[in-house]
Amino acid sequence: MASRAGKIGAITAACGVGLLIIGSLGFLLPHANLVSLTPADFFALRFTVLQAALSAAVSCLLAIPLARALFAARFWGRAALVRLISAPFILPSLAAVMGLLAVFGRGGVLNDALVAVGAPQISIFGLGGVVLAHVFLNLPLATRILLLGWADIPTERFRLAQSLSFGRWAMFMHLEWPVLRALLPSAFAVIFLVCLTSFSVALILGGGPRATTIELGIYQSLRFEFDLSRAANLALMQTALCLIATFVMAAVWQPSGFGTGLDRKVLLRGDWSDGVIIALATLFFALPLAAIAARGMAGLMDLPNGFWMAAGRSIFIAVTSAFLAVWAALMLAMARSRGAGIWADFAAMLPLGTSSLALGVGAFLALRPVMPPQNAALILAVFFNAAMALPFVYRLLLPTCREIQSSYARLMASLGMSGWAVLRVVFLPRLAPILGFSMGLSAAMAMGDFGVIALLGAADQPTLPILAARLMSAYQMQAAASVTLWLILLAFALFWLFDHLGGRDAGA
Amino acid sequence: MLVLDHVNLSLGSFSLTANFSISAGARLAVMGPSGAGKSSLLLAIAGFIAPTSGRILWGDQDLTARDPAQRPVSMLFQDQNLFPHLTLLQNVVLGLTAGGRAAAAQLAQAEVALAKVGLPSYGGRKPAQVSGGQMGRAALARVLLQARPLLLLDEPFAALDQDLRHQMLDLVVQVAAQTAATVLMVTHDDRDAARFASYVIKVDHGAAGPPRSI
Repeated sequence: MASRAGKIGAITAACGVGLLIIGSLGFLLPHANLVSLTPADFFALRFTVLQAALSAAVSCLLAIPLARALFAARFWGRAALVRLISAPFILPSLAAVMGLLAVFGRGGVLNDALVAVGAPQISIFGLGGVVLAHVFLNLPLATRILLLGWADIPTERFRLAQSLSFGRWAMFMHLEWPVLRALLPSAFAVIFLVCLTSFSVALILGGGPRATTIELGIYQSLRFEFDLSRAANLALMQTALCLIATFVMAAVWQPSGFGTGLDRKVLLRGDWSDGVIIALATLFFALPLAAIAARGMAGLMDLPNGFWMAAGRSIFIAVTSAFLAVWAALMLAMARSRGAGIWADFAAMLPLGTSSLALGVGAFLALRPVMPPQNAALILAVFFNAAMALPFVYRLLLPTCREIQSSYARLMASLGMSGWAVLRVVFLPRLAPILGFSMGLSAAMAMGDFGVIALLGAADQPTLPILAARLMSAYQMQAAASVTLWLILLAFALFWLFDHLGGRDAGA
Repeated sequence: MLVLDHVNLSLGSFSLTANFSISAGARLAVMGPSGAGKSSLLLAIAGFIAPTSGRILWGDQDLTARDPAQRPVSMLFQDQNLFPHLTLLQNVVLGLTAGGRAAAAQLAQAEVALAKVGLPSYGGRKPAQVSGGQMGRAALARVLLQARPLLLLDEPFAALDQDLRHQMLDLVVQVAAQTAATVLMVTHDDRDAARFASYVIKVDHGAAGPPRSI
């Protein structure tokens, strides 16, 4: 049973999340007029769903051979490679887009090569580019989900299959496909949800009547058209879409059904094709990163005006929102594991049912009568980023909180431990690696936040992603690349710092 | 004296009644077939399971509604008796601090308790760095510090081999003598019971007790 202090912490966190989400969305309703939805709005809805579905499908399909190859292959530097391949998941999406432009864009490496051999150039803009960027950002997530599935197959099953002389196809059908069948819907649903709320990718690679997402529509209607009714309509549409996707995700989410083995490792037999797949994936992930590094390195110390202030704002948003997200997730996960009702799950998962831009519109409408919304942009960015990270951090913490509770509840009770002692002596040390990882992940994600500040921020108070985007739109590509490189370095440094402080095992 | 006054436990379809008393300072073996309710009986005395009716008394104190930490009870479980992320010394000192910060004097007391159970230089090690028997000794050192008059052992040494188990039982007898504790220990082994206890409580067919001489 949760202590009184623990209950107060969890209830405070739940009320805070509820107030932020439901309060912000509540301000949309008086301005919304769903009868006035235009064909362009429905086209945005269609494009949003289409790009998210395609991005999720391609990410999942490509993840199958990649995860299998990584599981089967053992070579020097494998752990480092798995980390490199995982890197795009915490890469600021603006940086990913810049890297992809450097490879696949008009003056990029690929098009230069195509011109050199007399072939027609390819365009990265539009649906193809949006999907490409989303695959770049989310293929690591799909690969990690499937990789964990493979690792969960009991070693005894592989031994049994080997003793029955299973070939590669039989091994796949009888051992690996059941795992994939269980995990692929989950991976698809998560990536679909992430892509629904992606903003900066659509802003740079999409746009125009044929490639506008709902998020982009919200941004345009608020920043350029100042059409508050349309912004509220689109924000509600986005929220409805996210809610449906969240319910679908909850319905399809399931663990693999193999149970546990005795954890003795037997390696899956790999072959040359694994090497080819890993090499191609490495190229796909490393080239854009290398391209940004190459472009940005030259001007790394020749920084534009306002750079350090922008960096300070980004770090402030990243660190404070990470602390908030981890604190709220910890309070809710501890309470849930110690007997709190399903309300703790609901509070932690609530932010999945909307997007930070939709919340931003609500906050804009709420604040406008009392103060200029841009004055509160930084604080709102902190709260909205914390809210968006909360479901992921909660999912990371809850299983370990439950394990701690089931293993040590009686020992803690028999020793008379309660409240702060339980947190300090048992939960914090046992959770330290996950807390560190969660802090790092949340901070890196918030570091690259583009949406809330782009929507609400004042022109004279940019963050690093906003500064980079401005330089890019002013065709100062060298300076934009340098700022982006700093953004990447700072995001990775924050991730590494918190992950390291948590004492996470460096093994992949 | 420990009194179980018409205690009735109900856990789903399982139920157990107990109506007996135990003299202070006695050592008892709790025996019976698997699933008969031996562990449930101890958990009820420790306060982890609430009786559906009846009272549990220690002397003139009614323990029935008290939380586990407010009972004069130390308990060792089948496993998870030590926190794996804490050193043996930090685990032992929890018997005095309940998770608060330990003063130097309390740490010194914990060092002495470790020495008494044969682990004088093991305080800085973590549970994963010592053997199963040494983990049991460290848990007993904590019991020694708690110095509570009732000690409940729910097969904490079942995973050890017979020689080591007998060493641990002898140590329990020493610790019980030092703290003047009344001890109830769940066991399946007649030889363990004979080595350790003067009385046995049989748990079978939904009823526990009364204690009989071995």
